[in-house]
Parts: sequence; structure tokens; C-alpha cells
Amino acid sequence: MMKRIELEEVQQTLNTFLHKDIYIHLETTNGAYASHFNESINVGVFIRNANVFCTQGKIVKDKAHYRVGLKTKNGWIYAEGLTHWEIYEDKQLLMAGHDTEGRLLVALQLSETPFK
Amino acid sequence: MNKEKHVVVIYPHPDDESFGAAGTITQFRKQGVPVTYLCGTLGEMGRNMGNPIIANRETVPEIRKKELINACKLLDIDLHLLGYRDKTLEFEDVTEVALHIKSLLEKLQPSLVITHYPDHAVHPDHNALGRAAIEAVRLMDENLRPTVWAQAITNTAYEDLGKPDIVYDVEPYFDQKMAAIQAHKTQASGILSGFKRKDKSNESLREIALERLGKEAFYIWDFKS
Repeated sequence: MMKRIELEEVQQTLNTFLHKDIYIHLETTNGAYASHFNESINVGVFIRNANVFCTQGKIVKDKAHYRVGLKTKNGWIYAEGLTHWEIYEDKQLLMAGHDTEGRLLVALQLSETPFK
Repeated sequence: MNKEKHVVVIYPHPDDESFGAAGTITQFRKQGVPVTYLCGTLGEMGRNMGNPIIANRETVPEIRKKELINACKLLDIDLHLLGYRDKTLEFEDVTEVALHIKSLLEKLQPSLVITHYPDHAVHPDHNALGRAAIEAVRLMDENLRPTVWAQAITNTAYEDLGKPDIVYDVEPYFDQKMAAIQAHKTQASGILSGFKRKDKSNESLREIALERLGKEAFYIWDFKS
């Protein structure tokens, strides 16, 4: 079950994914109906099972939400607005940000094996 | 209305059948007409995780599958999963998807197919699966083709397409429709509250739903033009 982020616990878990080949799922969305209900445009991105090698990983608190930055061999992975986390099936680190209605806004997930 | 032999509903997500056509489906079931739902995906990329949150990105497909099975039980309809992935239908080969659907339609032999109206159904998966479903029927032997009712849900559907051919006031079946919607526990409240208007914050979810979903409208697809 997703629970509120505890910075220390998430940082310790992040550390276990460094210096090895891992798979990430990175996503943000404002929903497929955003432009249907108001004037904004639909914005969404996802990448699933990108294979990366991270040398540094850090979680930072900003008011009610968190940011995570992962330094890779050749660049960076970044997610903002994270509120919840979970260790799923004892091995995958799931992090996500939700609005007050429980809708997912952003997700960053790390795993040593590909996500299904 | 002529009595249908078998109705096949083709939408991409678990809950499209309940939000879009639960009243129409209930009406057919009351007449004893068999209804089968061909559901395109498991809504793997849905953003509603329940309120309070009960799902995550990895568990949401299985949870939505269970919710869909419950909704189909309530609606008393058969379910067949097409096995595509949420948000990716428009990137699949249309003919491949159409042939997949055609093979199922040839087995089920429906007299009526209900699907989304391509380009007038808001969500890219709705548009893509509607297009593939209509192509599937077009590829069938002309004498075996079911009628197709296409559902347009854009804000400008009436201006763009004219008045729909079929408009059901589903208020008599609204309790069944609400029950089917609410079987989709992770989705119902997030989506219904999205309909809320700022000037009417006291409305109940049922009132909001009745206002937005109390009518189910369809255009009869013309294969000749």
C-alpha cells in the first residue's frame, strides 16, 4: 500500500539501487480529459523499463512534496511532486505524487528486474 | 425498436462500459438480449488510484480487472479482454486490431455493435479502438455485418456531427448505472468529482452523474458513404 514519504527510509532504499543496472518507470500526466473539462492541454509522458545505471540518487523535501534526482552515467533523471512511496513485492521502489482526490500526477519507480 | 439478437460493446477501458452505456446495456438485458463487452485494455495507465489511495501503478491493472468483472456481473454481461495496453492503442496497426476484432465478431455474430465514434471520443484510446472496431465491421461480409452505434462524447459533438440518431434517457436505469460505475471503486469518485462545477459545489455525486451521464446517445454508422 502506498504511504506518505519518509525521507530517511526512501533515501536508504534509493541507495540500494545505485551502481547497478536497473529499470525505471517515469511518468507524469494531467489526465486524458484535461482539455475536455477546461481550456488546458493534455500533457503526459511515460517511459517504462528504460535501462539505466545510476551513480548518485537523492531525495529532497520541499514543503508537502519531494523531489528525486538520479545521476546516471551520461545524464539525469528527475521527478518532482512526489508524495507517496512503497516497496512493492519486496524489491521495487515505487514513488508517486497524488492530488487530493488520489489521482496520480507523477511517478518514478526503480527495479532490478523489468516492470511487467 | 427491433429486438436485437446479440449486442457487442467495444470500448478500451474498464469503466467505459459503465460510464458510457450502462443504461443502454441494462435496457437490452431487460429484453433478454445477450450483451458481450470486448474490453481493449486493463486501464494500466489510469491516474485514479482510489480515494483513499488503494492502488499503485503496478497493482492498478489487476485491481481494475477485478472491478470490471464485478461491474459486468452487475450488468449481467459477458466479458472478453482484448489484451492491449492502455494509452498505446493508437500506435498499434489499425488493420491488425481490426482483424483481431473481426475474428471475435464472426464468432459472436452480433446484430449490433456499440463503440466510440472515431475522432469524436476525447480519449486517444477511444478514438483508436472505435476506428478499429468500425474497420472490423467494414471488413466483414456485407450480409453478415451488424449495425454499428458510434458514441461521440466531445463537447462539440452535436455541432460537428448533428443530432445523434439514438438518444436514450437512462434515468429509469440510473440506479443500475450508478451501481456499475461504483463497482469501479478506484475510478468512480475521481472521475465523477472531475465533473463538479465550481458554482454547484453542494451537488451529490449521483446528481453530478445524472446531469452528465443521464443520456446515452449514439450515431448509426453509415458504411455506404
